[in-house]
Amino acid sequence: MQYLDFEKPLADIEGKAEELRAMARTNPGMDVTKEAEALDRKADQALRDLYKTLTPWQKCQVARHPERPHCLDYVEGLFTEFTALAGDRAFADDHAVIGGLARFNDRPVMVIGHEKGNDTKSRIQRNFGMARPEGYRKAIRLMDLADRFRLPVITLIDTAGAYPGKGAEERGQAEAIARSTEKCLTIGVPLVSVVIGEGGSGGAVAFATANRVAMLEHSIYSVISPEGCASILWKDAEKMREAAEALRLTAQDLQKLGIIDRIVKEPVGGAQRAPKEAIEAVGKAIEAMLGELSGKKPETLVRERRQKFLDMGSKGLAA
Amino acid sequence: MNWITNYVRPKINSLFSRREVPENLWTKCPECGTMLFHRELAANLNVCGTCDHHMTISPRQRFAALFDGGIFTEIKVPEPLVDPLQFRDQKKYTDRLKAAQKASGEKDAMLLAEGEIGRTPIVAAAQDFSFMAGSMGMYVGNAIIAAAERAVKLKRPLVLFSASGGARMQEGMLSLMQMPRTTVAVQLLKEARLPYIVVLTHPTTGGVTASYAMLGDVQIAEPNAQIGFAGARVIEQTIREKLPEGFQRAEYLLDHGMLDRVVHRKALKEELVTLIRMLTGQPPAIRGDLAAPAEKPADAPAEKAEAKA
Ligand SMILES: [Zn+2]
Repeated sequence: MQYLDFEKPLADIEGKAEELRAMARTNPGMDVTKEAEALDRKADQALRDLYKTLTPWQKCQVARHPERPHCLDYVEGLFTEFTALAGDRAFADDHAVIGGLARFNDRPVMVIGHEKGNDTKSRIQRNFGMARPEGYRKAIRLMDLADRFRLPVITLIDTAGAYPGKGAEERGQAEAIARSTEKCLTIGVPLVSVVIGEGGSGGAVAFATANRVAMLEHSIYSVISPEGCASILWKDAEKMREAAEALRLTAQDLQKLGIIDRIVKEPVGGAQRAPKEAIEAVGKAIEAMLGELSGKKPETLVRERRQKFLDMGSKGLAA
Repeated sequence: MNWITNYVRPKINSLFSRREVPENLWTKCPECGTMLFHRELAANLNVCGTCDHHMTISPRQRFAALFDGGIFTEIKVPEPLVDPLQFRDQKKYTDRLKAAQKASGEKDAMLLAEGEIGRTPIVAAAQDFSFMAGSMGMYVGNAIIAAAERAVKLKRPLVLFSASGGARMQEGMLSLMQMPRTTVAVQLLKEARLPYIVVLTHPTTGGVTASYAMLGDVQIAEPNAQIGFAGARVIEQTIREKLPEGFQRAEYLLDHGMLDRVVHRKALKEELVTLIRMLTGQPPAIRGDLAAPAEKPADAPAEKAEAKA
């Protein structure tokens, strides 16, 4: 397990417990069970305490944790018969975005999401989950397909943002994002989104303009990264803690602001400590959200989705 | 022209205190360095007479030049919650907002108007880059929705002049949510089969390009306007190479298939009239001096005769 900087107290305790057990293994006569168990309990308590009061910046760190389950982990855990469909039919297949047909509780659906990768090789292949225009155009194509065959669309959001590259700009990054958002607002099938890690700005909205949006408890969704915001407004990228605070990017604040519909509880210590549990919880949330939308007519789904966004902004945070 | 001069100038002057006036008499062209006298610059729609550089123009100034006789009616924008996040960086957001309001005399970064251009009724929206970098917050979102709704109600096209650094960070996710909200506004126009024409002006970047500013039926840009999603500096840092000359400029986008046309500010009005009249099946505009609004068009009897035949 990789520790985040604020997890240092926990790392110390778990380190000590590990040391004790290692010593016992080399000294067969030594019994450390009691001490080790006491340390485990202490570690468990420390973990609970830490995660009970995460600051917004700490949540950013958790949301970006490299061992957190990523899109493909959810696809594998929650869907059967996943059949990836590739390409935008214009230029390329963007590996930062995965999409395809799958079954969710036996029911055929379209699943689309950002995939960050989980080791150096796959991270490079996935461009760290930062999509190019082709990724958004692939998503548009798949949403169209889903719409024609009346399949619900499930999107999993996990991106630092759209890729800031030369080719991406030349091929119309902005237009691709705008069209993807537009497509989200047009399809006559249920569209549900879950922010599983980072919801980075326009690159996230392009998939998350949905009938229902859920966020994992320690995920973030923001107009700009705290570092980016700090360097612009504080003229100092090191002020990311302050920026994270001010931006109100946590699931808890965003629910209060009426921007998201649901928070999915994470295992103690975050999704990275118990991926299977987190994946199951997300599955339950998707099931519930699809349930809320089932039986609605295509035009109702479109109308309600639009109205939901038009109505946003009536709730502020109380002083 | 006299009418505009007499009517608009006192209002403009009143915005500046006496002490500020001398400094504002001359503007240095940021492109070629020529010193430009304010009156000539305004008459030239803030385009440098030497190098044709298009400088920022306020929405009010743009509308005065765009609408026939400089006459337009403002459309009211529903006011959003102010500072919903109680945002504070080095300054309070409410203080930044007040300062921008005081400096511009406007409520926020977008102005709406209805009126006629070349005798063609339109609704227009113009973004004000001098107001907090034209950033898109809830007010701008409300403005675009109000403009679209008004256009649908009056069955008129919407012409939108964009100028923005992107989303307004001080409104956090509520600013990001203006991307879907303004996209809904564009859909209202499309469903009503009304032309939506976007004129991208310098600079239009970030979330604004990734929503309403890239969804026009016709995409026009002013010469040399910077248009892009990501900032050039961020891109250079990411890809660790120098970007080509003219990258993210209007002409570069035109070459890459992202725009329909690049049009000089002084030719814009005529171009808009031509496009709108064709898209809405109206006869060609009458060129030259416009007849007074009360007069019947000269060709009206002929049309009648034709209809009888
Ligand atoms: Zn010049």
